[in-house]
Amino acid sequence: MRDNIVLSVVARLLMPFILLFALYVQFHGEVSPGGGFQAGVIFASAFVLFVLVYGIDAAEGIIPDGFLRGGIAGGVLLYAGIGVLGLLLGSNFLDYNVLAADPKNGQHLGIVLIELGVGTTVASVVTAVFYAFVRSKR
Amino acid sequence: MLFFLAGTAIGIVWLKSLIAVVMLSSIYSLISAGLFIAMNAPDVALTEAAVGAGASTVLLLAAVSLTRGRRRVEQRRTPVRPAAIFIVLVTGAALIYGTLSLPPFGAPDTPGQLHVAPRYLAEAPAATASPNVVTAVLASYRGFDTLGEVVVIFSAGIGVLFLLGSWRRRLREEGE
Repeated sequence: MRDNIVLSVVARLLMPFILLFALYVQFHGEVSPGGGFQAGVIFASAFVLFVLVYGIDAAEGIIPDGFLRGGIAGGVLLYAGIGVLGLLLGSNFLDYNVLAADPKNGQHLGIVLIELGVGTTVASVVTAVFYAFVRSKR
Repeated sequence: MLFFLAGTAIGIVWLKSLIAVVMLSSIYSLISAGLFIAMNAPDVALTEAAVGAGASTVLLLAAVSLTRGRRRVEQRRTPVRPAAIFIVLVTGAALIYGTLSLPPFGAPDTPGQLHVAPRYLAEAPAATASPNVVTAVLASYRGFDTLGEVVVIFSAGIGVLFLLGSWRRRLREEGE
């Protein structure tokens, strides 16, 4: 579908907005509806669009497999790592109050960071699974 | 909107073409998302629209395009069995009878609403500095559950990648 000029131009126009919206849902999820799960899927959908229009080889050039594998594991590790950090700072597992001097700021930081972990894992898993489907089609 | 949902569900059962079924289930998710918005649950609606109508549709379409061509879908008429219809009707009636003893939808004085929900609603914005109570409960009060969900997604993704074999093939190529 790469040869279709309308598709490739529209995809190029849409991609930044989809990614921006994903980041908005990710980091504004505390205040407005949203969070890591939704943002991850929206982020991945931008790359699904990219693969559909430009093909899998071009997409692999931008986000290689190893990066996705790192993202899949890294998100879970970030989430669990925040939990363990709470333990190391002398509190319970996944207790964010101790992450900063003020408990409120700690909660803020903890929620933003674990949502980031959730978003990373979800986006990487959806993109990697879509890559795998496209590849086994060949 | 519930009637639209029911109509879409009947259409999904009725249709034979897999692609049409996938598209209909995407529409089903989209209508559900609208329903959640109407019930003032924008968080759930956003998830349903992104995951149900978006991602799972794309993955199901990819799966359909993989299976097509390897095996034709059997189109065989199954004879109507009176016993089966009887069992389905009895089970359905029993389920509907069960819903009669549930509290009315949205009633504020049910056990489910009185257990921890008032405390969360009262304390969450102050304790977590997050105006969105859903996020506060999900990420802070229920942090363990959410960690479990992320691990589920992690293991599901790893499992699918191994099943589709692209990693195994690559490992073998690298080994030789």
